[in-house]
Amino acid sequence: MAGGGKGSKLYEMSEPRFEVQVEHRHAPAPADAKHPNTCPKCGSHYRDDELAASLWVCGHCGHHFPMRARARIEWYADDGSFVEEAGDVRSDDPLDFFDVKPYAERLTEAELNTGQGEAVIVGQASIDGHAVELSVMDFKFMGGSMGSAVGEKFSRACDSALERGVPLVSVTSSGGARMQEGILSLMQLPKTVCAVEDLHDAGIPMITVMAHPTTAGVLASFASLGDVTIAEPGALIAFTGPRVVQETTREKLPDDFGLAEQNLRFGHLDAIVPRAEQRGYLTRVLRLFA
Amino acid sequence: MSEREQEVSLRQRLSGLSRLPLLRGARLDGEAQRLEKQLERLKQDTSDEAVWRSVELARHPERPYTLDYVARFVDDWVELHGDRGRADDGALVTGLGKIDGRTVALVGHQKGRDVKERIDRQFGMAYPEGYHKAMRVMEIADRFGFPLVSLVDTPGAYPGVAAEQHGQGGAIARAQAEMARLTVPTVACIIGEGGSGGAVAIAVSDRVLMQENAIYSVITPEGCAAILWRDGGQAKKAAAAFKPDALHCFDLGVVDGVVAEPPGGAQTDHDEAARLLKAALVEALEELEDVPGEELRRSRRAKFRGMGVFA
Repeated sequence: MAGGGKGSKLYEMSEPRFEVQVEHRHAPAPADAKHPNTCPKCGSHYRDDELAASLWVCGHCGHHFPMRARARIEWYADDGSFVEEAGDVRSDDPLDFFDVKPYAERLTEAELNTGQGEAVIVGQASIDGHAVELSVMDFKFMGGSMGSAVGEKFSRACDSALERGVPLVSVTSSGGARMQEGILSLMQLPKTVCAVEDLHDAGIPMITVMAHPTTAGVLASFASLGDVTIAEPGALIAFTGPRVVQETTREKLPDDFGLAEQNLRFGHLDAIVPRAEQRGYLTRVLRLFA
Repeated sequence: MSEREQEVSLRQRLSGLSRLPLLRGARLDGEAQRLEKQLERLKQDTSDEAVWRSVELARHPERPYTLDYVARFVDDWVELHGDRGRADDGALVTGLGKIDGRTVALVGHQKGRDVKERIDRQFGMAYPEGYHKAMRVMEIADRFGFPLVSLVDTPGAYPGVAAEQHGQGGAIARAQAEMARLTVPTVACIIGEGGSGGAVAIAVSDRVLMQENAIYSVITPEGCAAILWRDGGQAKKAAAAFKPDALHCFDLGVVDGVVAEPPGGAQTDHDEAARLLKAALVEALEELEDVPGEELRRSRRAKFRGMGVFA
């Protein structure tokens, strides 16, 4: 479906599937909360192994469930080619931030819940024989929010791509900047932008894959600077999400407000590519830049 | 933190402030003593109160805006309108003029003074078109070797349907990228609210200054409270937690200098606020004047790439 999502009914989305919040895990569960393996669009239910086999895509309606970073890396990268970098970078708590619970505690919880140290995993890999640098975000770690550690890891991925002269493939999935780090999280916007600019100067291509959701601070920085930018069907891609726009402006929102399909129509994406086709798409683009 | 520890940290801040080269110009009339007094006062306050006072002063309806400063220290001002694509965004003004004899390009948010003007200018919240216009002027600055001055004063980028459709996120990202490419001196000052992406879009500068009572933050206190406390009314608590005031931003290395305001805040005396701001801007511009363009770009990127605290 590269190049346009209009023709296919399979991936058309009629309404936003769920609200994005930086701290989604702490939101009170909605009354009609469904099991995570139940498709929010068509209600089909899957076993874990069924979802894994279908790359977490609903076989019935094409809904894309969230995909964990490790699983995606395993899907994109040639067998055994992935070598993680900057895996020891962890968030700090420069503000001693405390809302309803301390930030330090939230970090520990997130690490325990996800089995990974931060909301992004970076490293060297090859895709169908093409050497690349991979940077893959994981929404499950504090809503994929970008604090100093995420900014640093992405920035190191840029350096690694530059040193080795290989393209950077960046997968984004984030609610935005991590407000528990205050102004320092905002500074990760210019930080990652500067890292991408160093790539641009060196003639290194960056391919961006926007997964659900890519919003706020991440969209307003490195995610938007790809040389080729694609999105997953139905992904929310917005600087300000639908709920806040609605509450602030009382405007009537179009049905597909902020979704990948609208972004494609308005010229912000090169293509919407279903998950199963992404590896092939990336290979084709990498071949062109090789 | 015990009172003793608090005192030590404030003293450290003050010594940091007095070491600051950028404050030299602003200190001519005993500003240092005044800052010291203010720090003393801060010390006596609970810091939560002090942070909240900054939030209130930064949003004060009488606070000088970009065009108030332009009228006071930019000579031969020529405002440039429009993004050459779709619109002219009144929330972000751009133009050329002279500061202290040198031609500069200036970009700045403008909130509007009365109700009609505020609505026309969307309360200083720019559309993507505003950032496109700013990028157009940045490019002029780069081509003709004019230094770029940014005055930041926005609650955030406009959160509307059309703004999203026109690519708000991408516009903010590309404005930052443009600033990271410039080979001319760039100086920014947060003169009121430095609200999130909409603010940093024009503040990727060689020197970033902040007025004493300005705030610079990743989200509004109300927004943060609504998300983390699930109650917008907890804004004061949220502000105290994420510390958007000038001293904290300076401590964290996010801004390079704090610009003094008249006693009681910039809204009490626009002329004096303008004099202090001009002195700080001129000093920063002079400092950067003889640095080769490539070096400016390199060190600007190095500065922003060094931001953040992680383990």
